[in-house]
Amino acid sequence: MRDVWTLAEQHKGKIKDVSFELLARGRGLADTLGGRLCSIVLSSGIDKEELRRLIYHGADIVYFVDSSCLEHVVCETYTHVLSSLIDEYLPHVFLAAATTTGRTVLPYLAVKIHTGLTADCTELAIEEETGNLLQTRPAIGGNIMATIKTPRHRPQMATVRPKSMKALPEDRSRIASIGHAENSQTGKIHSGSIIQIPWNPAWCDKRVTVSGIREDDADSVSIEEADLVVSGGRGLKKRDNFHLIDELAHAFGAQVGASRDAVDRGWVSYPHQVGLSGKTISPRLYMGIGISGAVQHLAGIKTAECIVAVNSDEHANILQVADFAIVGDLFAVIPEIQRRLDTKDGNNE
Amino acid sequence: MHIVVPIKQVPETSNVQMDRETGTMIRSGSDSIVNPLDLYALETALRIKEEQGGKITVITMGPPSAVKVLKEAVAMGCDSAVHLSDKDFGGADTWATSGTLAAGIEKLSEISRNRAGIWNAYKDTYRDDAETIGIDGAGDVDFIITGERATDGDTGQVGPGIASWLDMSLVTYVSKLVQITDTHIQAERLIEEGYQIVQAALPAVLTVVKEIASPRLPTLKGKKRAMKLEIPKWGASDLDLDAEDLGLKGSPTRVVKIETPKISRKCTVVKAGDDQTIRSAVDQLMEFLEQKDLLPSKIAPPRESMNQQKSAASRRETNNENLSRKKAATGNAPTLKDSGRTGGDA
Repeated sequence: MRDVWTLAEQHKGKIKDVSFELLARGRGLADTLGGRLCSIVLSSGIDKEELRRLIYHGADIVYFVDSSCLEHVVCETYTHVLSSLIDEYLPHVFLAAATTTGRTVLPYLAVKIHTGLTADCTELAIEEETGNLLQTRPAIGGNIMATIKTPRHRPQMATVRPKSMKALPEDRSRIASIGHAENSQTGKIHSGSIIQIPWNPAWCDKRVTVSGIREDDADSVSIEEADLVVSGGRGLKKRDNFHLIDELAHAFGAQVGASRDAVDRGWVSYPHQVGLSGKTISPRLYMGIGISGAVQHLAGIKTAECIVAVNSDEHANILQVADFAIVGDLFAVIPEIQRRLDTKDGNNE
Repeated sequence: MHIVVPIKQVPETSNVQMDRETGTMIRSGSDSIVNPLDLYALETALRIKEEQGGKITVITMGPPSAVKVLKEAVAMGCDSAVHLSDKDFGGADTWATSGTLAAGIEKLSEISRNRAGIWNAYKDTYRDDAETIGIDGAGDVDFIITGERATDGDTGQVGPGIASWLDMSLVTYVSKLVQITDTHIQAERLIEEGYQIVQAALPAVLTVVKEIASPRLPTLKGKKRAMKLEIPKWGASDLDLDAEDLGLKGSPTRVVKIETPKISRKCTVVKAGDDQTIRSAVDQLMEFLEQKDLLPSKIAPPRESMNQQKSAASRRETNNENLSRKKAATGNAPTLKDSGRTGGDA
């Protein structure tokens, strides 16, 4: 059976959006291969309705493992569970999102089960003659696109860049029913089954324990999962001016990003940094305000769907990758954009 | 404490030559530097050493020219260095690279275990090695610290891979070390949901992010020491590894195609100077965003009050380091219209 598996991620009992995006990727591959699309959930006390949502978003089968030991993502424990499941069911392809979870667990797992892994793919396809997975990813700061395959090892594994594909719309007419693991041995799992895999206490690895999220940052930034990102750079001149970016981002419903310069000057904290030493992102809209666009910065935004720049220098690098640029004084241009947005929302404060 | 820092030599420029036959990078031509993200790993190791005492061994796998990056790490303050170099290591993917580095670290560990008096049986075999390498008395490896990823390959898979090969605990995306004891480390990780606090048993592999520390510069004294330091070179026959697991031959993945993406974006550039041209430029921007379905009216309008932004701004002033920022409620709004996008490289 040429099944395609995706690792679903959850936070506080809710399946994360990246996991639905991943199912949209997997759906196309499974259809081409004639296999089933299976989503794997490792959780502690997840609501069954959340598991059904994976079916509604394209999965044929959901395998879930439930244990208090799975409350947090612990790479070693995840690897014990996933390698057991892979040994038993032998999937053809195994995908995870290129999040901190996917990019930690999959390389650890790939070594343990001796297979290849391709990081942070932006395109996946099936090679017609062989059924091999063609994994395409940007490398060397986005200057090249490399297509990679794993010819002789199974499963073929890849992490997939968040926001590089849209999730399928939720289809509640897809049948989802809770089943049992016993039936799975005979291969007679019908589509729409949600199957609980019994917990094996030997899977719990106690070497790493998570105590939680630091409280003052419980609502921290996640620019890699954002649809819209508004970023500020050195052109803002001083920290006191960075509120222009905050306010513009707020009006767009966007997350705040920043260049390395702005972060190094202490205008904004590191989790906001975009580029080679920060985050590589693919939002629908990236607005770079007062950012000249060093090679390292551009490497972090090249796969954005749409790039808008506001810069006083018509020769700024960022214009080479932008779709739309205003060359002018940002201190005059940004308030004007802000004014239009506030008016538009009837929120003219 | 015995800390090992695996580093990578990366090209300085973004103009890298590719071998069309094997699809791997030709490294010999371009100027090379220590992977910039590895500098944070080196700095972290140096700080642990300053606080706890111990020795730092820096290790790399690469062509003869990679000695240069080892010397730079020594100039920053690392005690010793090992160079894994063999033509059979060439063309390795992350699986084979992490396996080779792990084998090198295992050998280091054996040598220093012997010097710590545990492996007396092998004393004679390893004594000279330990003195040459400069890990005399360093004991077992407690930490392996790597950068988050290399700026050329950009995978971030080798650090976790090393942990897996050596079956050590793994803590990735470390942004802060909280506490180190003889048996455990407590650290903070920067993940999507914020700063996560974890405890890991030693020995452990840490991959660190930029936020953890700002790297020091090499000192003159360090440079002099680096110049004189003898750096052992280990090849395939020195490591306990199956020949089938090395280099391109041992790599489960194959690069089948390399393309240079053409920048297909056509940039509309509008100049804005006086009030009138600014208004006109913003008009055009609004029209452009409207066409692309990117204006906020297409999303549920933000309903949070301005107070929140003000408080965010004032928090930054008072507490710049730990700035927390509320996620905009509409950031991932499911009501966004699907623009029919199917690929990531629009």
